[in-house]
Amino acid sequence: MDKDHDSVYDGLLDADHAGDDSQWAFGTDFEDPLAGVDTTLPDGADAGALAAYCLMLGDDALIGSHRLSQWSSRAHDLEDDIALSNIALDLLGQARLLLARAAAADPGVVPELPEGSPVPPEDALAFFRDEGGFRNVRLVEQPNGDFAETVARLLVTSVWRLALLERLAGSRDTVLAAIAEKGVKEVTYHRDYAARWVLTLAHGTEESRARLVAGLDVVWPLHDELFRTTDVERTVAEQQVGVDPASVADEVGVLIDHVLSVAGLERPTRAAAGPVAGGTGRDGRHTEAMGPLLAKMQVVARAHPTGLW
Amino acid sequence: MTVPSALAIASEVTDPEMPMLTLADLGVLREVEEEGRCVRVRITPTYSGCPAMATMRDDLVSRLRSAGYADVRVEVSLSPAWSSDWISERGRRALVEHGVSAPGPAPERTGPVPLSLLPTRREVTCPRCGSGETALVSEYASTACKAQYRCTACLEPFDHVKEH
Repeated sequence: MDKDHDSVYDGLLDADHAGDDSQWAFGTDFEDPLAGVDTTLPDGADAGALAAYCLMLGDDALIGSHRLSQWSSRAHDLEDDIALSNIALDLLGQARLLLARAAAADPGVVPELPEGSPVPPEDALAFFRDEGGFRNVRLVEQPNGDFAETVARLLVTSVWRLALLERLAGSRDTVLAAIAEKGVKEVTYHRDYAARWVLTLAHGTEESRARLVAGLDVVWPLHDELFRTTDVERTVAEQQVGVDPASVADEVGVLIDHVLSVAGLERPTRAAAGPVAGGTGRDGRHTEAMGPLLAKMQVVARAHPTGLW
Repeated sequence: MTVPSALAIASEVTDPEMPMLTLADLGVLREVEEEGRCVRVRITPTYSGCPAMATMRDDLVSRLRSAGYADVRVEVSLSPAWSSDWISERGRRALVEHGVSAPGPAPERTGPVPLSLLPTRREVTCPRCGSGETALVSEYASTACKAQYRCTACLEPFDHVKEH
């Protein structure tokens, strides 16, 4: 950069740099997270079911990531602010890969945008689907609550997600297997982070323990939905490209009980929330928290459907 | 004059967040194929959400194009997943020279991932004063791939690249 500039920003606009976007970290042309990856379907795999399954796991990650990112600048100390943001970033990365995998498996899932829109499929899926099109479990869309409630929710979701990804690493779909293999390493840290905070809060003060108990209570009614097998999951499990979530229920239960017992806590007794009008988050039936979340997450992209980011 | 190969040029491109490391030293650069003036480079993300991937790609394209390669394609390699074991010896020395502690061996697992309720124990040496008396501050630091430590001898905080 030329030192003669009055402002550091002037240097960024130098004529020397015309046509060279390399100084911008973001906002250059789009990078496909699956560029060059062979996305051919495995033999006998149903494209529609695989895409729907990728949307489920991708939406869990995307919406969970969005909620955790709302902690940015608001946590009780800098270290945990950074930790929650890093966990959100890992999940966002997994979401990008999974949504891109969904679009590659079945382009029909991608919402249509105006002619000539440069919005890539993963962004179209994230920002241009309506609430009913999202397949995430309702647990991840809930408001953060206080830190203890966030920790309780992260414990349940990360124990479940890790158990699922460990099995998914054996998928016959090599793309999903690779995404899962990588995700396992990341979610291992998320799970340890959540479990250690459960112990810290449980053995901290009366206040921290009471808040954790209250947080677990809030989380519990939506925990059953994680193990409720949908037709899509049954199909992908039969075709050995996906995992039947019911098959991880025992392992997840044992791990959560272990953490709770070290914490000296009982499993919450609140009843499962159950389906609404015969459906759950996996069917696109969400709680009242989802609308405002999507409104915030999508408003800028929707205002500029032909914009390039 | 010999023209440097595409591999030699790509190997010199540095990581945008840890510029003391080349992409080759970090183990992110997986493959460089050269045919005439066309190059195909494969890189692998350290973490799924690594925001530096676009910058790495742009840097590779820009350096290879200025070296005369007309057609440069940068592709993603997802499997096998990146491991901190792939950081070269030279890369590890460069990290320490720049105040970042290098990772120990990545955990080798067979069977389910064990849940770890106690803080991760590592033998971490302070990259500034060399003391082994260090304490973990947080498993997450300035980037997802680092943990934060502090030295209880010289009292300086420092980053440790996590075993991954």
